[in-house]
Amino acid sequence: MKAIGYLLQKEFLQIFRNRGMLPIIFLMPFIQLVILSNAATFDVKNVAFHLQDLDRTSLSRAFREQFTGSGWFLLTGESFAEGEAINQLVAGKADLVLVIPRDFEKELMSGAESRVQLVINAEDGFSAGVIQAYSNEIVQAFNRTLPAVLPGMQSGPAVREIVVKSSAWYNPELRYSDYMVPGILVILVTMVGLFLSGMNIVREKEIGTIDQINVTPLKRYQFITGKLLPFWIIGLGELTLGLLIARIGFDVPMLGSYPLIYLVAALYMLVVLGMGLLISTLTDSQQQAMFIAWFFMVIFTLMSGLFTSIESMPHWAQNMTMANPVRHFVDIMRRVMLKGAGIRDIALPLSILTADAALMLALALNRYRKVSN
Amino acid sequence: MKNRKGTASSFRGFVKKEFLHIFRDRRSAAILFGMPIIQLLLFGYAIRNEINEVKIAVSDLSHDSLTRAIKSKLLSSGTFVLAGEPESPAAIAPLFAEGEIDEAIIFEPGFGVRLERDRRAEIQVITDGSDPNVSRIITGYTTAAVLDYLRQSSFPPEGKRGVVAEPLMMFNPSLKSVYLFVPGLMAMILMLVSALMTSISITREKESGTMEVLLVSSLKPVQIILGKVVPYFILSFVNVVSIVAIASVVFGVPCRGSYLLLLMESLLFIMTALSLGIFISTMTNSQQVAMMISLGGLLLPTILLSGFIFPVESMPLPLQVISNIIPARWYLEIVRAIMLKGAGISILWQETLVLVVMTGVLVAASVRKFKERLQ
Amino acid sequence: MTESVTRGPIKGAVENLTNNVINAEGLTKVFGEFRAVDAISFSVGAGEVFGFLGANGAGKTTAIKMLTGLLAPSSGNASVAGFDVYTGAEDIKRNIGYMSQRFSLYDDLTPLENIRFFGGIYGLRRKEIKEKGRALIDTLGLASVADVRLKALPLGWKQKLAFSVAVMHEPRIVFLDEPTGGVDPLTRRRFWEMIYESAERGLTVFVTTHYMDEAEYCDRVSIMVDGRIAALDTPLELQRQFGVGSMEELFIRLARAGKGGRHEE
Repeated sequence: MKAIGYLLQKEFLQIFRNRGMLPIIFLMPFIQLVILSNAATFDVKNVAFHLQDLDRTSLSRAFREQFTGSGWFLLTGESFAEGEAINQLVAGKADLVLVIPRDFEKELMSGAESRVQLVINAEDGFSAGVIQAYSNEIVQAFNRTLPAVLPGMQSGPAVREIVVKSSAWYNPELRYSDYMVPGILVILVTMVGLFLSGMNIVREKEIGTIDQINVTPLKRYQFITGKLLPFWIIGLGELTLGLLIARIGFDVPMLGSYPLIYLVAALYMLVVLGMGLLISTLTDSQQQAMFIAWFFMVIFTLMSGLFTSIESMPHWAQNMTMANPVRHFVDIMRRVMLKGAGIRDIALPLSILTADAALMLALALNRYRKVSN
Repeated sequence: MKNRKGTASSFRGFVKKEFLHIFRDRRSAAILFGMPIIQLLLFGYAIRNEINEVKIAVSDLSHDSLTRAIKSKLLSSGTFVLAGEPESPAAIAPLFAEGEIDEAIIFEPGFGVRLERDRRAEIQVITDGSDPNVSRIITGYTTAAVLDYLRQSSFPPEGKRGVVAEPLMMFNPSLKSVYLFVPGLMAMILMLVSALMTSISITREKESGTMEVLLVSSLKPVQIILGKVVPYFILSFVNVVSIVAIASVVFGVPCRGSYLLLLMESLLFIMTALSLGIFISTMTNSQQVAMMISLGGLLLPTILLSGFIFPVESMPLPLQVISNIIPARWYLEIVRAIMLKGAGISILWQETLVLVVMTGVLVAASVRKFKERLQ
Repeated sequence: MTESVTRGPIKGAVENLTNNVINAEGLTKVFGEFRAVDAISFSVGAGEVFGFLGANGAGKTTAIKMLTGLLAPSSGNASVAGFDVYTGAEDIKRNIGYMSQRFSLYDDLTPLENIRFFGGIYGLRRKEIKEKGRALIDTLGLASVADVRLKALPLGWKQKLAFSVAVMHEPRIVFLDEPTGGVDPLTRRRFWEMIYESAERGLTVFVTTHYMDEAEYCDRVSIMVDGRIAALDTPLELQRQFGVGSMEELFIRLARAGKGGRHEE
């Protein structure tokens, strides 16, 4: 036990003495948390739109004002030539071109329908859908005003209407930061833990000090504990700071219990550190260790359901994510913080994490031998 | 300049040595070539934001022909899967808590009667909401399906007057998210591979002390840097070609513009990424720090601030400003414009110029730092 | 040239086999097709300074790694400090000190911190570490730099510190793998004075080197060529046997006879 204490002391001295790494461990994650949590939103607003009003009547002007006054669209230009619509989209100057046909007013006055064209940039299919929905809403609102504007228009029976009232249960204001902050926090803790532990032992291999330790009577479990504990502590420390930022800076709700989060995090860090250690034992240079750590980090991050929903993935990919510890911790963080899930609600992901931790540590312990080569 | 020939051949030898470094380490070489391809294949399939299989609970408090019709209309689309029919709205909460459902739909009592008599009836849609994006999308789907039903079921058809909007979805009519994400993956993979590789390769040379050996040789500092960069430049180019091929063959992403332009712009972006790697390596002498900056500092910003997954226009203004310094953002715009919109250089010159300037600034800054160190 | 530090062989060290602290019998290590160490047999008596010579790649480091428990032998037997290398590797580790060819203390720690760390993992008591640390710093004359990180110190100082750290826990045997690479002759000489002082106190020293003047400081030397022991005796006896005037001459003669220049790692 005492030997572990000396190992810990040494590791901490080395970590805190590494001037280059300190800001990267303790500052970068939080700058990223603060900045990036705001970036992850699909909110579609201020859509740049281009107008081709071929009618140029008072009614078409009223129609156009419905668009500009909606708050969703921002008029960026007007033109009249036919091919110009596409050019505007290709040049990226507009995401929507609204084409009002020549006989717009006349057709409406006569009680017929008039077809306006919405040319939408659908590169981003999701945004395109939203733009279409916005436009439909505006068109419907405009149609409701028609009887008043056009006294000559005969009024038929009132249109039937189904009102869809929507509400979001756990996040009524649909705030993205509530959803993203817990997830990004997981990524940052993972990144620091995986990279630091992944590089640590392989670094001692590179500089040759590992042999010096291997000839001492230090036991395997002592060595591994002494190596992992500092990063375990740092990881939980980062989590604490991150949770503070989430609570105070982003006002993310905390409906569940902090002890539960820490319990899961304590377990989760073992998975991450075990993986780092395993990488460290399998490689001969920091460079190799980093490549492998990086490879898994990118996969874990993109396949975690953090940015895109897991339900959108094909089934085989969904099954793959079951093995991804990041997915489970992100899931647990969100459920505990936003939904107040208790330990019973998260039993499944928690047991997967436990199994992951046991597997990783067993593998790492098995791969680490007190011999060289 | 009398031994220009000698320098040139020692430069060639140096480049050769760099290649050997890369290929001798089988594992690193495998990662360099294999990783981008595996990642593109994996993510190309997995990173989508179309919603399918929304699990819904329908609480029908009216039980009339109309509610039944709307329900079957919803379920027939294939997007929604019925996961429960709670008798009372109170039974909905536990379903959400257990993650059984993504959405609950409640028809008010007397729904059908009200619609005919009052011309107005209410449906309540409740979503999980913890993922705001998904909530928004499925609420939108539901609303569209309901309104669609209403329009089709009216007889005589309503709305044969007034304005009718005809949408025309340009560039990606089937609204596939893979078209959007593949260019993003290209940017991310190229950025990380190129920047990471160069920064590590140079700091490694510094750490092991061989940089000094190189500096006292007949090679000029510029040649040393170039020699370090050339192999990765070629590697990255191979990666670009394979990535573009996979994008079009496997994922069917069209390339409506010119392939030549796409390749040239990709080369430009690689240069930007490589010079970023060089710049990082001038800031530190340790591989660890270089790696942490290249990975920790580039991974998340490249994913989040470039418009890869989340549109730049959706971000708060300060972040939109910050996104301007992310090279991947510009490359992404270029790739999407060329592949999906068929844009040419006359349209993309501004974005191209930004990348050129970034590369220039990074190279100039690196050279300056490098010289400072030598003095 | 080295009168002040040369010393006669320890009385009876060679003859008295029961007093041997290292015994190797046909010790072999094979890497794939390559026999890095090819059935070497020798013994080292307690308190002896045993020189282990050989060209680069002759198999010295591999042999040391097997004896210190860092590498499992392919075949053959060996015992160190009375423990078998196959079954008692951890017991061996309690009884030996090791200083590797690559300088192996932590560059980013101070001398005192290195002493504390290695003392700690060898299980020394806190008080012991404190006392020994202070004594070590005094004898090595490191008082003025006790709080300076190692990377700022000259190599010679670091090597002396590494040796002191390797014997701090009072092992029975210390293995030194090319301990004096890259320093000037004066520093090397001081280093050997330290080795002798320890040997006087009964420590067995197993040292590899390729400085032939150092070979003459040893009680006995063995010369490895291509994984085998080509010669083993006191330096004087060896020179007599082979009829050469110096260890250097002998070494060159033996090394030329072998295939030479093989690669170990």
